Amino acid sequence: MSVRHALLALLSEGPKYGLQLRQEFESRTGEVWPLNVGQVYTTLQRLERDGLVESDDVSEEGPQKGFHITEEGAVELAQWLRTPPDFSSPPRDELVIKVLVALGLPGVDVHEVVQLHRRYLVELMQQWTRLKEDESRLDLNFALVVDAELFRLDSLIRWLDTADGRLKRAAGEAVLAPQPFPLPKARRRVGAPE
Amino acid sequence: MSYLELRGISKMYGDGATEVRALDRVDLAVDAGSLVAVMGSSGSGKSTLLTIAGSLEDPTSGEVSIGGRSLSSLSRNGKAQLRRQSIGYVFQDYNLLAGLSAVENVSLPLELDGVAARKAQVVALESLEDFGLADRASHYPDQLSGGERQRVAIARAVVGGRQLLLADEPSGALDSTNAESVMRLILAACHRGLAAVVVTHDAQLASWADRVIFLRDGRIVDQTLPVVSPETFLADVRNQ
Repeated sequence: MSVRHALLALLSEGPKYGLQLRQEFESRTGEVWPLNVGQVYTTLQRLERDGLVESDDVSEEGPQKGFHITEEGAVELAQWLRTPPDFSSPPRDELVIKVLVALGLPGVDVHEVVQLHRRYLVELMQQWTRLKEDESRLDLNFALVVDAELFRLDSLIRWLDTADGRLKRAAGEAVLAPQPFPLPKARRRVGAPE
Repeated sequence: MSYLELRGISKMYGDGATEVRALDRVDLAVDAGSLVAVMGSSGSGKSTLLTIAGSLEDPTSGEVSIGGRSLSSLSRNGKAQLRRQSIGYVFQDYNLLAGLSAVENVSLPLELDGVAARKAQVVALESLEDFGLADRASHYPDQLSGGERQRVAIARAVVGGRQLLLADEPSGALDSTNAESVMRLILAACHRGLAAVVVTHDAQLASWADRVIFLRDGRIVDQTLPVVSPETFLADVRNQ
């Protein structure tokens, strides 16, 4: 997640102090991604070095030091908002890898592995859904974060369901399929006499 | 004692070489006030489980009891009466009667159970109000949106103090916002003391439940552990 651009976005609303930025970042992201003060100041220093923000008063350090966005910062923010995150190649998803590995292992019931992960993901979804239950606590930003997480977990479960179905079908086909020719006991050298 | 109890339920269709075992020794208990979701792929037996739990079909073996009454001890009429008075059904395609208005659809089960038409209308209207549909009472199903139709169907399912709600893919045809409001209504009904079973293949739907049961080839293979409080969970998320 880009803390750098999130801070730029907050500063585009007007000058702010470091502590204020931290507080606003947390409340805008549904308090799901805590941010430590050190991280805020390191990021602000880098933004200042890159000319994307300026501090109001060079002499004053610490929590009362205010920052504002520069014109370059505003351009950078606008560009970042419109640049799609890189989804071009599949991530090395640990869940996908576990199921693929399980496929080739003798003595491992892949359906059991799939079910174990499915249950864990459904349990997580139940927890996130609980957060939506009390609508009075559900502000827009928080609801969007919760929805994003639910859809992410849901997509993994759908993949597991599809994998389960595919495996079942493949197992059925393997039983019905004609037996392959027996493999030769030893590989014959090409060109060797019969 | 749980409001709905299934003990050792098996269901076979066909016989001999064509015999299919749709359910295999299923045990399930659902308390008043709780929502249980049954997840499984198509053909896993989840709809059969629901029709047996709702006394619409008899199991080949095993015992179902609802509100402490064993279904096997009831006559056909006794079961029909139990269905009318205690059980509400919600289906994916709403099953509203096209020729009746929303309020008439909701009052129908009460009238079938012998409640005077006028009183039934009053109760039905109250039920529609509870579901935020008072202004749609005189609309016919084809004048309602999909989400509204399903809300009418849920109002009809729980009207008159029914204590068991059985829902088969209740939000199957709805977008996710409407699906969410359907689940909120079902959950609210559970908080008022209803026992509910929702069968679905949709994890987003199932995640509203207190407990999720996983069905595979007619057998319960797994179930979720109880959830922790939202505060504890959120604290864990923040500490990751």
